[in-house]
Amino acid sequence: MSESAQAVLPMERPPILERPRPPRGDAVLYLDGVSVVFDGFRALNNLSLIVEGGELRAVIGPNGAGKTTMMDVITGKTRPTEGVVQFRDIDLTRLDEAAIANLGIGRKFQKPTVFDALTVFENLELALKAPRNPWACLRWILDGEARRRIAATLDEIGLAARAADRAAILSHGQRQWLEIGMLLMQDPEVLLVDEPVAGMTDQETEHTAGLLRRIADGRRSVVVVEHDLEFVRALGCKVTVLCEGAMLSEGSIDHVQNDPRVVEVYLGR
Amino acid sequence: MSATTLAAAPPVGRARVTLRLVLAGAILLLALLPALNRLPADAALHVSDFTIAVTGKWITYAILALSIDLAWGYAGILSLGHGAFFALGGYAIGMHLMRLIGPRGVYGHPVLPDFMVFLGWPELPWYWWGFGHFPFALLMALFVPGLLALVVGWLAFRSRITGVYLSILTQAMTYALMLAFFRNDMGFGGNNGFTDFKELLGMPLNTANARAVLFYASLAALLGCLWLCARITASKLGRVLVAIRDAESRTRFLGYDVTQHKLFVFVLSAMMAGLAGALYVPQVGIINPGEFSPGNSIEAVVWVAVGGRGTLAGALLGAFSVNALKTWLTTVAPEYWLFVLGGIFVAVTLFLPRGLVGLLDRKGTGR
Repeated sequence: MSESAQAVLPMERPPILERPRPPRGDAVLYLDGVSVVFDGFRALNNLSLIVEGGELRAVIGPNGAGKTTMMDVITGKTRPTEGVVQFRDIDLTRLDEAAIANLGIGRKFQKPTVFDALTVFENLELALKAPRNPWACLRWILDGEARRRIAATLDEIGLAARAADRAAILSHGQRQWLEIGMLLMQDPEVLLVDEPVAGMTDQETEHTAGLLRRIADGRRSVVVVEHDLEFVRALGCKVTVLCEGAMLSEGSIDHVQNDPRVVEVYLGR
Repeated sequence: MSATTLAAAPPVGRARVTLRLVLAGAILLLALLPALNRLPADAALHVSDFTIAVTGKWITYAILALSIDLAWGYAGILSLGHGAFFALGGYAIGMHLMRLIGPRGVYGHPVLPDFMVFLGWPELPWYWWGFGHFPFALLMALFVPGLLALVVGWLAFRSRITGVYLSILTQAMTYALMLAFFRNDMGFGGNNGFTDFKELLGMPLNTANARAVLFYASLAALLGCLWLCARITASKLGRVLVAIRDAESRTRFLGYDVTQHKLFVFVLSAMMAGLAGALYVPQVGIINPGEFSPGNSIEAVVWVAVGGRGTLAGALLGAFSVNALKTWLTTVAPEYWLFVLGGIFVAVTLFLPRGLVGLLDRKGTGR
């Protein structure tokens, strides 16, 4: 009897697909049970995250919490060891960086990487959504519509007067804005922004917060990874706290700041 | 908004404009050389046969330099194997020239080149078929280097091999080809290669007329390649290439398929190098596996570095100036040439990272 009961036991476990999952809702980005292991180190540990359409979301956490790794997984730079990463219904773990970017997921890096040898205008022109194969690029003609869109973005990021300057001579803040402008030209549905105000002056930080609030205008979702809590407060959005590769707390900035677990690992330090 | 009327490109410096004018003047002057060669030998402006032969060779070198500049200066692909593409183009035309010798060879065989008779081969191997026709040979001079670049490039770029690793890979490619072409049973004449050509397109070689025709053909090819490169570098594709050169990973996150763009420019560049080789061989009258030697490829990269990579004028300036120096020095003090070449490369890397063109720019802006 006991022998046969043991044999049956595995059959009674629910199939893996039926274990409870976070509800999908109106999710644009859907991460579930994502782990990334580098040589035994778990950079992400069973992380789940849902970003809805048009949402502005801040992700905070101490150094090494896995914030940048999370972005790497979403944009195809790092393959997750396990877990589900979806953009709408599309599995992102099988696509490369360029394909993911073309789906409508734009990324701004922590260190601003604009193309120094090109002008501000040319940087935006490269980012403008258009066919990206070599032949199309060779035959590309800058038409009125493209000029209008670039001009509108130049005004949005406040760099209209610098359009003909090489990106190499921009200030740190201006480079960050140019990079945000390049993201806008890609017309993505989801923007991932890594530490946009690191090293900025107070005035520049304020300008950047306004810029990001305007960008998440209901059509686009924006995920901001940030250390600066004052800046996160200025964004006025839902906050996710990461710690050791997993989600620690989620809610308004006041909620997470009063969460004892968050206070212990992060704010209390 | 005022931004709509902005120019898309930064203004070109005055020094750069002057350089372009000088370049145009130099090309016009080059075009006059074969005519001056026809003047009586005692005329003041007479140009010697030697000058025509040497300058015609330099023009093909300039095409090779342009092809390297397009890949390295713009897309950041430092190929140390472009000499292989050049040599393959040369071999393709060399095979045609060998077929045209016909029964005039030493052994007098109606079809087989001398070396095949010597090896006791009964008939032409299959890969020599078609080379009796000039258009086919010319096509192969472009196609074979292009195909090799496609295969090597696809394997390397897909695996994201860049920088010094790619350079080593291309260097190994040309070295492997050199060893292969040295073998007699490859069917390309072994270490002797091809020589003793008689004619091309019904035109006896080694005559003033042939020299002039080949000279003008090379000049026309150079202008065509220059136009093509200028067209590419001025387009959005040119800016994508610069973006890949300076921040490859960032370009990927913008949604560009970097592998595709690099392959496009690498294959085009290899085909240009093949064309240069195809024009070079009938002018110098010989092609052998020595053309594959790694040193040749490195020397061609030095031309571009000296002239100034990332500018088309720089590639031309470098090819002509370094080769002029080489021609002079190898007659005056041949044993020092390699030291001088190495010294130039070190000096340019340390003191003139943007080459002669960079020097002119600095003078022009008074810095």
